[in-house]
Amino acid sequence: MKTRYSYGGDEHIFVECDEEMSLEAFFKSLSMTSAVKKARIKGVTEICPANASLQIKFDPDKIKPSDMLKELKAIEKAANKAKHTMKTRIIEIPVLYNDPWTHETLMRFRERHQDPKSTDIEYTARINHLDGVDGFIKAHSGAPWFVSMVGFVAGLPFLYQMVDRKRQIQSPKYLRPRTDTPKLTVGHGGCFGCIYSVRGAGGYQMFGITPMPIYDPNQKIKYLRDFMCLFKPGDIVKWKPIDRAEYDHTVAAVEKGKFSPRLADVTFSLDEFRKDMDAYNAKLMGALNGR
Amino acid sequence: MAVNVIKPGLSTTVQDLGRPGYYHIGIPLSGGMDRLALKTANLLVGNKESAAVLEAVFMGPELKFGDEATVAVTGAELPPRVDGELRPTWTSFKVKKGQTLSFDFLKKGARAYVAISGGVDVPVVLGSRSTYTLGALGGFKGRKLEAGDKLPVGKGRAAKEGRTIPEKLRRFPGSPAELRMLPGLYWHRITKAAGAQFFADTWKVAPEADRIGYRFKGGKPLEFVPREPPFGAGSDPSNIVDACYPYGSVQIPGGTEPIVLHRDAVSGGGYFMVGTIISADMDLIGQLQPHMPARFVEVTMAQALKARKDRTSLINKIRTSL
Repeated sequence: MKTRYSYGGDEHIFVECDEEMSLEAFFKSLSMTSAVKKARIKGVTEICPANASLQIKFDPDKIKPSDMLKELKAIEKAANKAKHTMKTRIIEIPVLYNDPWTHETLMRFRERHQDPKSTDIEYTARINHLDGVDGFIKAHSGAPWFVSMVGFVAGLPFLYQMVDRKRQIQSPKYLRPRTDTPKLTVGHGGCFGCIYSVRGAGGYQMFGITPMPIYDPNQKIKYLRDFMCLFKPGDIVKWKPIDRAEYDHTVAAVEKGKFSPRLADVTFSLDEFRKDMDAYNAKLMGALNGR
Repeated sequence: MAVNVIKPGLSTTVQDLGRPGYYHIGIPLSGGMDRLALKTANLLVGNKESAAVLEAVFMGPELKFGDEATVAVTGAELPPRVDGELRPTWTSFKVKKGQTLSFDFLKKGARAYVAISGGVDVPVVLGSRSTYTLGALGGFKGRKLEAGDKLPVGKGRAAKEGRTIPEKLRRFPGSPAELRMLPGLYWHRITKAAGAQFFADTWKVAPEADRIGYRFKGGKPLEFVPREPPFGAGSDPSNIVDACYPYGSVQIPGGTEPIVLHRDAVSGGGYFMVGTIISADMDLIGQLQPHMPARFVEVTMAQALKARKDRTSLINKIRTSL
């Protein structure tokens, strides 16, 4: 893992923790992010962690870019020594896989896909040697995912599954991006999952849809009243496969203000996780059941 | 006081100086693309520089005033008319109760800033009145103006008529527009020859040019340095592990058409960037029309900071001239 610094014009510094994605690079990005926050460096206006990198925006009238760079390099040294543990939360997200809305959309854009004869799930299951749609759902929802970045558009989480690299689901983006994606589509591109927070263009494979809004600029939805975006980097997501009846029921409950996401506070330790990933994940997911 | 929208124009939005602090969850700065013009319009009518104004793209709205106010139009040359009578741009003028403000066709630039004394008084969302249309956030109901909207305007001191800014203090892009860029980020992904070609080519603004970003076309495709794709990046040579995008960063999907991200930027993604347009030149991009020629000019950090200083001294001159 090699850290690389670059100026993004006169107002940004970009820190690439690693060129490739890994949990280690993600952890480094998160720990540097929280160290920069704590350091309260004058002139800093935005601190943005990404999957394997972070970016700082600052006012060069308040701090010289070269001084900002020095501060960050000093923080990196300290962050390298930091313990790989953090307090976070696990959130259960219900998903209707193979739903009618993403299905209608993926059929509409079939000529932009690598394999026009399969659906996105069928294609992704095949190239990842999974046992059809059911095998795919098992792999996708069987282990939790880290929110490794929030962005692209408002509140959209990028997700990285907490499994060995060889078990990670990989899928290319569409050959040409779609001009439409249903709101709350559960998607996947490269090794990253995502939830489209708003309707719009997109290039990720589409696997399903969640009935649970994750962004509400009007802050009318009960669990988004305190803040309009649900996710923050470092959150852990557990997908829960649901059927159409539960989907409809949940949509209605959200509308009536009777739905609250299932979530629990957890402490994550990278070292403990590495020792036995499956057992550690089972423990994390158990927290959702009060265990 | 309210201003009634008779015709909305092409894409007229409420903007102030923006909404810093939420980029890490994908909510961009927003705010006027030509901030110098926005601040100037406010100063002319007696507002705080940071008050909310209307940003009109290519075409002006038609507005009926519910009360008297002082108005100024800066940025693009979009000649205003009050009840049909022509008024100068970059100059304050009165609009009386019941009068209609309309606009002639665009003569120069792309975005006009219409400041009204008292400021546009839509609710403050996350510290700003700016509109972020992609997220349906801020501004007037999170969207561009529509006919029939009643736009609230605050109370405030109205400056007198006839305050004006000398022409030498109005800033416009040249032809070709020269956009100064600090190379960096993933600049090492392209060959030396491709880097030289990128700066040598004259590009044209593509039709896909909006508040999210400006696309440029017409230059030669860039040659990449060969590599093994890093895990998680994707197979295309222009792919990276999805990262945060700086404002003004220049991404080149597939190595063909550069896109410069602006005030409503997507906050991150999986395309490599060759550098970043310097802060002093971001205003200029907001005044570029599709099909206009543009060049990218390589600068150092020292030059970028000098240009920033020059821009600050320009706004200081505008302040003292009033």
